[in-house]
Amino acid sequence: MDKVSKDKQEVSQILKALENRDTDLSVEDPLDNYMVLNMGPQHPATHGVLRLLLKLEGETIVDCIPELGYLHRGYEKLAENCTYHEFIPHTDRLDYISPLANNVGYVLAVENATGVEAPPRAQYIRVVAAELARISSHLMAIGSTAMDVGALTVFLWAFREREKLYDIFDLLTGVRFTTSYTRIGGVAQDISSEAVGAIKRFLDDFPANLNEMKKMLNRNRIFLDRTVGVGVISKEMAISIGFSGPNLRGCGVDYDVRRYFPYLVYDKLDFNVITENDGDTFSRYMVRIREMEESAKIVYQALDKMPQGSVKADMPKRVLPMKERVYNKMEELIHDFVLVNDGINPPVGETYTAIEGSKGELGFYIVSDGSGYPWRMKIRSPSFYNLQALPILLKGQMISDVVAIIGSIDPIMGEADK
Amino acid sequence: MGINRSNQSEGFITTRLDALMSWSLKNSLWPMPLGISCCAIEMMAFAGPRFDVARFGAEVFRFSPRQSDLLIVAGTTTYKMARVVRKIYDQMPDPKWVVSMGVCASTGGMYRSYPVVQGIDQFVPVDVYVAGCPPRPDSLLKALMEIQKKVEAGKTQIEERGKVFVG
Amino acid sequence: MAKLTNEFILGKLKEKFGDGIILSVGISRNVAPLRGQLSIAVERSAIVDVCKFLRDDPDLQFNYLSDLCGADLKNFSEGGPLGDDRAYRKAYLAVDRSNLPEIVPDEERFRVIYILTSFSNKYKIRLVVTIDGTKPICPSITSIYPAANWAEREAFDMYGIVFEGHPDLRRIYMPEDFEYYPLRKEFPLMGIPGSIPLPPK
Repeated sequence: MDKVSKDKQEVSQILKALENRDTDLSVEDPLDNYMVLNMGPQHPATHGVLRLLLKLEGETIVDCIPELGYLHRGYEKLAENCTYHEFIPHTDRLDYISPLANNVGYVLAVENATGVEAPPRAQYIRVVAAELARISSHLMAIGSTAMDVGALTVFLWAFREREKLYDIFDLLTGVRFTTSYTRIGGVAQDISSEAVGAIKRFLDDFPANLNEMKKMLNRNRIFLDRTVGVGVISKEMAISIGFSGPNLRGCGVDYDVRRYFPYLVYDKLDFNVITENDGDTFSRYMVRIREMEESAKIVYQALDKMPQGSVKADMPKRVLPMKERVYNKMEELIHDFVLVNDGINPPVGETYTAIEGSKGELGFYIVSDGSGYPWRMKIRSPSFYNLQALPILLKGQMISDVVAIIGSIDPIMGEADK
Repeated sequence: MGINRSNQSEGFITTRLDALMSWSLKNSLWPMPLGISCCAIEMMAFAGPRFDVARFGAEVFRFSPRQSDLLIVAGTTTYKMARVVRKIYDQMPDPKWVVSMGVCASTGGMYRSYPVVQGIDQFVPVDVYVAGCPPRPDSLLKALMEIQKKVEAGKTQIEERGKVFVG
Repeated sequence: MAKLTNEFILGKLKEKFGDGIILSVGISRNVAPLRGQLSIAVERSAIVDVCKFLRDDPDLQFNYLSDLCGADLKNFSEGGPLGDDRAYRKAYLAVDRSNLPEIVPDEERFRVIYILTSFSNKYKIRLVVTIDGTKPICPSITSIYPAANWAEREAFDMYGIVFEGHPDLRRIYMPEDFEYYPLRKEFPLMGIPGSIPLPPK
């Protein structure tokens, strides 16, 4: 009742003002309030379904409230109802730009829990897969950032390179995009010489194509104006807010899980960890470009050093046998049946394993109760923690910088929303 | 819609006019991509240089529902997102067609869990379903061609909805 | 700087806080961390002080919060969706499940797990706090690690654990007026029909 009478009072006041033609009266001065702009879940900056509520004063952003949950698919509840093998296709769809890296991370976590170790050939193949996935993800990040800032050509060049990578994934795994390539104890199938040849041909052409993109953007006056000094974050703030991956390395901290907690065969390979010191959008972009060159170096070394051997570990009670033997031999058929129906039973316990995914530290925390189904699976997704810094990065920026900053953080909502 | 209905029952000139309208409409469909998750990447590849969608006249990916006539829902629809999809569908002017891309949008896909809507046809009428997780861009091109056939046949949503499945 | 080992860290914590605060090792009785990782159960009231000590001590320097998650241990010994009645699986796959607690009482039902990383020492440890199921309240560590902000919101959304001292505790994944807590063990996988309304056709 109070609101109704207050509204009536306001209306009558406005009417009276109009009658008297008193143009000085303002019931509520609109310039005193902030404008709240809704950058809704569907917007052309192709970073997925993220909703931002921006509080604007003129064109400057005063505050920003991100809202997630538009792609929450219930992964953790699904994991409690799937066996460990059944969950591998689900991990593809987490960071859906680089599905091979997620596969590698998940399988490593389960192997750590179970005590299985993949043979050396499988480990080298996994390194090749993860680094190619990283190249693919960084190409996408740079392409869409450039497109949002205005350079549409770079987007199409990046997509041309990604199509070549899709062909390589097709030769390697059989699928263009959501691969589910790794298995617990190894990989699904061996790498053929045709795939090795295709990878080498791609890597031979890659530096020239990357140089084209660099020439377009690195010293471009418009790109520099839009990215240098925009979205600055300090080193201490970056560490305490939970940044990881290229975002953290763009602030000068050289935290790279491949160096700090080495996994697979990264301690035998020679590569540099790229850091830049400024902490703004341009340095994050430079980190991504130089990381792609480092990844190409890693893939060359891994292909040269790959030993011969089997691609699955020889533990019949834990590791699914190769498909040809399942169709031909009785014992493998029995093992396959039991392992698919009851699942791998890791011992009772809890473990946390992290890898360096394309966006940052991708970790899996598994609590096992000895059965074939995990009791609790928590996915530490890098985009979730990277997005937390968005209110800090956006404060004081103009509204047209929002798109550039979101592109430089490179969030993937499939991962952030789990 | 009124003009279409009257066209079908009248003489020679109006049927030729009707055919001209359908021809021009089918060769310049403007899609509104609602890229939600992984299928959005294949949709971008579908617009990319290799599986060129510009040769069908549909490369104008206007991200505004008021200016488009084909809604491509690509990705898993959660309950929270369902309201948004419905709002965008309501904002599109007639005639409009809907493609449900991928198994997640068609039937809920591999996510049989609490927040995922098991198929967008629970709240939006769909014309063509595309199977695949994610569907290859070739499948999406076939779906576009099916929509073109529907446009040519002159049937809009209001008149008749035959459902087509593309594998 | 001395190279960190599990015993060194445990010894330092026990020395500073005493045995009443630093309880056992692991998420529950007889559920041990695997692969040599260190997981320390901490008393709920002292978690903020323990985190501050771990961050500020010059030997330890755990300056990065990798993750924060909740866990629900109701019916822990049940054996997952299939139950525990596969005798041949026990014989064939040879996993020892006899040590699991028979019943987990409601007062010890939830856990909150903190995973901390030290950059300078290249080490990771975990802290586990037991939360009462009937009134789930836990102190918030956002004052020490701002990275815990959204992670605690997620634990609240999924389990209903209220973090006191949190600047902005609301649901993050589910809609604001959703009434249930999805990751609790009694919530079914397919959800409760009608809990979130759909727009009409």
